[in-house]
Amino acid sequence: MTSPYPSPPHFRRPLLDTPFAPRTRELQQVDHFVAWAGYSTVDVYSTVEQEYFAVRNAATLYDLTPMVKYRVSGADAERYLNRLVTRDVRKLRVGRVSYVVWCNDHGHIIDDGTVFRLAAQDFRVCTAERQLDWFLDSAIGFDVVIEEVTEQVAALAVQGPTSAYILRRFGLEGLERLKPFELAEFSVGGRPLMASRTGFTGDLGYELWMRPEHALGVWDELMAAGRTRGLRPIGSQALNMVRIEAGFLLPNVDFVSAEHTVRVDRERTPLELGLAWLVDFDKPHFTGRRALLRQQAAGLRRLLVGLDVAGNKPAHNALLYAEEAGRREVGSVTSAMWSPTCKRNIALAIVDAPFHATGTTVWADIYLNRELVWERRMAASRVVERPFFAPERRRATPPADR
Amino acid sequence: MAVARARFDAIVVGGGHNGLVCATLLARGGRRVLLLEAAAEIGGAARTREFAPGFRVSGAAHFLHQLPAALAGELGLDRHGLELAAAALPTTALDAAGAPLELGDLATLRSISPADADAWPGVIARFGRFARLLYHVLDAPPPRLGSGATADALALARLGLRLRLLGRRDMREFLRIIGMNAYDLVTDEFATPLLRGALAFDAVLGTNFGPRAPGTVLTFLYRLALQSAAGPAQLALPRGGMGAVAAALGRAAAAAGVSIRTAAPVARLRVGNDRVDGVVLESGEELDAGVVVSGVDPRRTFLSLLGAEHLDTGFVRRVDHFRCRGVAAKLHLALDRAPAFRGLGARAAAGRLLVAPTPDYVERAFNASKYGEWSPAPALEVSVPTLHDPSLAPAGCHVLSAIVQYAPYVAERGWATQRGPFLDAVLGVLEAHAPGLRGSVRAAELLVPEDLEREFGSGGGHWHHGDLAFDQFYLVRPVPGATQHATPMAGLYLCGAGAHPGGGVAGLAGRNAARRVLAEAAA
Repeated sequence: MTSPYPSPPHFRRPLLDTPFAPRTRELQQVDHFVAWAGYSTVDVYSTVEQEYFAVRNAATLYDLTPMVKYRVSGADAERYLNRLVTRDVRKLRVGRVSYVVWCNDHGHIIDDGTVFRLAAQDFRVCTAERQLDWFLDSAIGFDVVIEEVTEQVAALAVQGPTSAYILRRFGLEGLERLKPFELAEFSVGGRPLMASRTGFTGDLGYELWMRPEHALGVWDELMAAGRTRGLRPIGSQALNMVRIEAGFLLPNVDFVSAEHTVRVDRERTPLELGLAWLVDFDKPHFTGRRALLRQQAAGLRRLLVGLDVAGNKPAHNALLYAEEAGRREVGSVTSAMWSPTCKRNIALAIVDAPFHATGTTVWADIYLNRELVWERRMAASRVVERPFFAPERRRATPPADR
Repeated sequence: MAVARARFDAIVVGGGHNGLVCATLLARGGRRVLLLEAAAEIGGAARTREFAPGFRVSGAAHFLHQLPAALAGELGLDRHGLELAAAALPTTALDAAGAPLELGDLATLRSISPADADAWPGVIARFGRFARLLYHVLDAPPPRLGSGATADALALARLGLRLRLLGRRDMREFLRIIGMNAYDLVTDEFATPLLRGALAFDAVLGTNFGPRAPGTVLTFLYRLALQSAAGPAQLALPRGGMGAVAAALGRAAAAAGVSIRTAAPVARLRVGNDRVDGVVLESGEELDAGVVVSGVDPRRTFLSLLGAEHLDTGFVRRVDHFRCRGVAAKLHLALDRAPAFRGLGARAAAGRLLVAPTPDYVERAFNASKYGEWSPAPALEVSVPTLHDPSLAPAGCHVLSAIVQYAPYVAERGWATQRGPFLDAVLGVLEAHAPGLRGSVRAAELLVPEDLEREFGSGGGHWHHGDLAFDQFYLVRPVPGATQHATPMAGLYLCGAGAHPGGGVAGLAGRNAARRVLAEAAA
């Protein structure tokens, strides 16, 4: 009997492949994949350590096609986005990118993402999770068109100290003039391509946005251009390490979207996540503004902070206590790692008032599995400013050409 | 040129009966109040319209039966010239195939069903007790849940106590039926089809429900609750039509010191420093106000006059989902003689007539509207006001006014082509009950919901500015976040039928809103 399907039916493989899959699957060595927004992506290519050090010391490729992308356009696009997100989109110039969060009516974060201003009333919004429902509801009363373009745009992050050199050799002439959070259109071998100086590594780096049919050609030429500069693909695990060093938050790890929480008090506001700098109370109304003003007036009951943890054992999921004896619980760790670059044991944690003040010492209750025998440590942890790692090169314009 | 701007403590947008009541009570509370009406005259849907040369009729509701006596007294409507052309009108259920039945006429009922005649007084008394309980809910701004305020907790406690004071049997019965559908209730209580049909129709009059819809016992009791407060003189016909009520309210407002401006449509509410601080008229004129109280329906108040950009997305979504599509149409006929309804005496013919012979008839009429079609056999509430008030028509002539259900807001095939066939169907139903009526029609006007929307400015053409249903009632009317007459926007309040308690020429929404605004300022 012949199959009625021209290819295996979709339900046989519910996860999609990105346009880079032929290369990423070929290069990965350890069969370590992870589902991301409906796509199968590589979690680890070889070893996490190798990939991590490539970000900090050479250059890396990371396939971020599954990032959910929306095009927002129409006469009210700017007004619409300004009502959606907590930052002032009017201040975002054409050709710039902005990191934003958006909240529900209670000021609780729904998601974070980036807004690219492509033209006066033409934007791209990249999000961690699908937002069409919220975006469309937010469009009631606005002359705006919202389209999901995730599958129409392939995206590749090129990050690391040698990334600018590699991209220029690849053919992005003038890339060195891009300042952080700027974007520009290029054409390489007849392929239109947008590059933005953005990323999730806290290092020098760029993100490339292209048509899916150009994905493999761009990948191959980049790999060739980067051969002498240590360019290698990385998976999500290495990216998670560098983003903690950079102090960036990961949805569903450091906070849960208010659209998904079911328990009371699990939502987080941008103020509680230490993102007050993203909240502009002086701009016109945005969703959640009144609730956030009330919270600001009432004072924060908790705050997401950085921790410098004693010792070298990562404080994964640790509960935090006010004193070494571990009587009064004052928070918990959301992300933790030993930072090879900083040579510090770092963590992101939600800490109750008043213990979230910088310089305060709290105690992390760390459990260690040593060959199946569990041990417990109370590690003194000092509240410190984020980010943990912020090299000059991430801002330098022009960047080093080597 | 410098423009001297008078500053008002409160601007009431919309001169319908609720806006007028609210403005009057605010002015009596010591506020400087301006009332703005878009149309050339006040009254909103409580207006008397000339629909054919020399023929005038109440534009929407045509019976006065829900205006609480206490409120009418408080406003001094008698003093301000409100006269009733007729009071304590009977309601008669018509039957194309048989004899009509006047509700409450136990002798006739006994001849049809002795059991129903025996049951009637007890059932009506019980409904009356439930209605009075419900009236307490309607009579004041609802409490706020979770506010922590003693007053709110007490209000809820009082409601619980009143429920308990019904006694065990009544309380159980109330809780049993309050979420039910009217169809089952009337079928349980009575056997006579005409009686069942009339009560089932009363339960859904002006709503977007058929009698089998859950929650129609609530709408039935809502109607009874307002009637119970209105006193025995109502059902009544105001002399000069419903516009006379508006006129009296207007005089009461003027006497209280309210400035009234007609033909002053508001283009938008002005926002400054995250509060509504005035209005901008379509003429471009700006008026300052301490607070703005909107009698306009919630949807248009928030989405058109204020604008979604001043509101949170979740709230706007709820407003957008507020169900406010009307299904009641209004028929006006100019007749050159009085209609002759079969089997009716003079008293009954001049009263309230219902064409709803069985609950199934009403439900079938509703079915059509679910699919965007008008009812081929609609249910009707009919009044011939000229039998009591000849001033509404040229000498010897008459006016017939009927509420017609159901006519969907959006007609599948478009109202442009469907108005005519629908009118023909309605006339066909009337002709079956009043032979020869067609021949006496000089002029006819059929206002479907989209006409009512245009005429009276209520979005969706809904008589009550939005369905009265459990999820749009009391603590959550019109939507969570805009209850208790206040809104998420500082300085903006709601006083229209879209606010608590809801529609009907009752004025309670306006009065409750005024109480809320005055309490707010005092606090």
